[in-house]
Amino acid sequence: MIAEIGHFALILALAVAAYQTLVPLMGAARGNRQMIASAVPATLIQLVLVYVAFAALTHAYLISDFSVQNVFENSHSAKPLLYKISGVWGNHEGSMLLWVFILASFGGAVAIFGENLPPTLRARVLAVQGSIGFAFLLFIVVASNPFARLNPVPIEGNGLNPVLQDPALAFHPPFLYAGYVGLSVAFSFAIAALIDGKVDAAWARWVRPWTLAAWMFLTIGISMGSWWAYYELGWGGWWFWDPVENASFMPWLVATALLHSAIVVEKRNALKVWTVLLSILAFSLSLLGTFLVRSGVLTSVHAFAVDPARGVFILAILCFFIGGALTLFAWRAPTLKAGGFFSPISREGGLVLNNLFLCAACASVLIGTLYPLALEIVTGEKISVGPPYFNLTFGPIMLPLLLLVPIGSQLSWKRADLFAALQRLWAAAALAIGLGVLVLIATERGPWLAPFGMALGAWLIFGSLADLANRIALFSAPLPTSLSRLAGLPRSSLGMTSAHAGLGLMIIGIIAITLWKVEHIVAMKPGERADIGHYTVQFVAETPLTGENYTGRAGQFRILRGDSEIATVVSEKREFKPMGTPTTEVGLYQTLAGDVYVVMGDRTADGARVVRLYFNPLVSLIWLGALIMFFGGALSLTDRRYRVGAPKRKLTPAGVPAE
Amino acid sequence: MRWFLLCFLLLAAPAHAVQPDETLPDPKLEQRARDLSTGFRCLVCQNQSIDESDAPLAKDLRVLIREHLTRGASDAEIRDFVVARYGEFVLLKPRLTASTAVLWATPFLIILAGIIVILRRRKVSAVPAESALSAEEQKALRDISN
Repeated sequence: MIAEIGHFALILALAVAAYQTLVPLMGAARGNRQMIASAVPATLIQLVLVYVAFAALTHAYLISDFSVQNVFENSHSAKPLLYKISGVWGNHEGSMLLWVFILASFGGAVAIFGENLPPTLRARVLAVQGSIGFAFLLFIVVASNPFARLNPVPIEGNGLNPVLQDPALAFHPPFLYAGYVGLSVAFSFAIAALIDGKVDAAWARWVRPWTLAAWMFLTIGISMGSWWAYYELGWGGWWFWDPVENASFMPWLVATALLHSAIVVEKRNALKVWTVLLSILAFSLSLLGTFLVRSGVLTSVHAFAVDPARGVFILAILCFFIGGALTLFAWRAPTLKAGGFFSPISREGGLVLNNLFLCAACASVLIGTLYPLALEIVTGEKISVGPPYFNLTFGPIMLPLLLLVPIGSQLSWKRADLFAALQRLWAAAALAIGLGVLVLIATERGPWLAPFGMALGAWLIFGSLADLANRIALFSAPLPTSLSRLAGLPRSSLGMTSAHAGLGLMIIGIIAITLWKVEHIVAMKPGERADIGHYTVQFVAETPLTGENYTGRAGQFRILRGDSEIATVVSEKREFKPMGTPTTEVGLYQTLAGDVYVVMGDRTADGARVVRLYFNPLVSLIWLGALIMFFGGALSLTDRRYRVGAPKRKLTPAGVPAE
Repeated sequence: MRWFLLCFLLLAAPAHAVQPDETLPDPKLEQRARDLSTGFRCLVCQNQSIDESDAPLAKDLRVLIREHLTRGASDAEIRDFVVARYGEFVLLKPRLTASTAVLWATPFLIILAGIIVILRRRKVSAVPAESALSAEEQKALRDISN
């Protein structure tokens, strides 16, 4: 019964989404106030209906209602509660429902917090949101019904892919989707602005917090996925240039570009056409990502829904929205008035370069991901594009960008003095070069990238700190003055500083694990020891293992430094009910300096275990850096100028800063 | 920071092979074997290189590469041999040929095109084109200043 309510709510939501698309658009065109005003209730009703559907499916999972085919196929009564919940979106139908759930949430948020928007603009934004919702709801209702029933009802379910039964992965899809789908708001604003024919500073200020929120979700979602891959897949890698990873990385790159270009629109009223285009592209890449992941068109570990008919449906949605948006753009963009002019050496100029490099980097990921597919279709040739390609294209494009980050944030608007900017950074440069030289001496004939990469990371970190120190006149003014200045700094500026410093930390982590990872693969019997880095690992014993829905073997390992024990870690080999699918749990001893990573492998002929030992130097900095970037975004989001639902303009005539 | 560097000094141990029994005694040759195998795609688990893969086929290929290496084959010869056997598909780094030229060139062409566009726009916008105030704006200005 509850499943039917969910199904019915979905169909109603589809109808409401159609209303939400058409009526406000017509109202905005005719200047009919009632029709314009109906956008908000329509959005909220759609939201409630989609929530009902989502709750119904969650309920079916919680009570293990195997009469629902989706639950039968993806759940098991013995599964822990957390994975019963995450099972809702750990499959094709459920993940599409999560998609519209988040889309409706963002639409609802715009409806609720968008009171300060001009009513026509808000109506148009909500209408575009409604049209996206309509397309995906139609897809779910027609081709991907999560509420299909089974008769006769099976006794037990098939279970969720055990690799997916992991806390980080349980919440990876919601975050990632919140990022993907969050970009729909910027898209809707862009479409509304194109229809309106008006893009100004106010528009940019409205778009930015939504883009920032989506960017934060993407940042955290991608890094959760990478963290999961690191400790779950069991070979110590953290990024594989897998098509599905790429699918989430591309929107992130363009969203990052969009965040930066929207600043120029807001502050200087320039780059308007470009920013609108980026808003369209960012969400287009999200749609492309959804298509790539959901259609299974690319061979990938993530492609658990291989169904060409559905693929074609999503492809049609993709073509409609991307094609439609770009056509509208080509038609209407020339009517947008160009804004302020600037010299190439200026903050604007720096942000243009930022956009250029980010877009080129995104293009390298895009072409690397799609080229094999395109080539096979056109010529039948089968080639692979793997990590070496991305290291050789994406890498060199990012290097100059990263080098320019600290300089760009020192430049002033309109026309800047490059020399003065560099002068403010001399200490940061000296520290970074010093670190590079130290690494060079320490590693002697190591790869050239090591000293350079470390210096680059340090340059970003110290460059951000130097920027902060300059702003609060640290060392040049008395300390209390500096502190009061620090308290008075806009949060968005602190957010930028932290995000850039976080990026620097991440670079250091990436370079360190890429170049200095130590690996030792040995056959060990209980009691034996092996060295890894400056640690010694002793295989203590092996014991049988029984979990809620798996059995297996657990290997205890003692981690020693010299002769003193510092930790005990457990690496497990699990076999999951009901299929006996094997997974590996890594034994991980983490420090900031590096992780000792122990994986128990198969048994050898003479009764020993193959054990893979890794020392992954500084690897935690990758995720720590991502976390700081996320935190920087959050800080920026709380800046009063960008705060979602900022007070209505008419209520604060004098309180808003003039910039 | 210095402490970190010290750690890395101690870490300069040679890397070991994928399975203990596959290793070559000569560390230099073994390193070449590792570098080569990270460049070949595993045909069983397609998102792994044969260096990472647990599949038997990958293991066979790893052993084969090491055999060739001990016989004194060059990296290029081994690559050609593997491609002859399994096709271009196994190469994770596609070779630069007529059909992959677009793949390799596009990212850099985009940067080039972007720079050209920026430079050209600069010339156009060199003329200060801030538009004059409209009649309405003129009036608003007068109202404010009065």
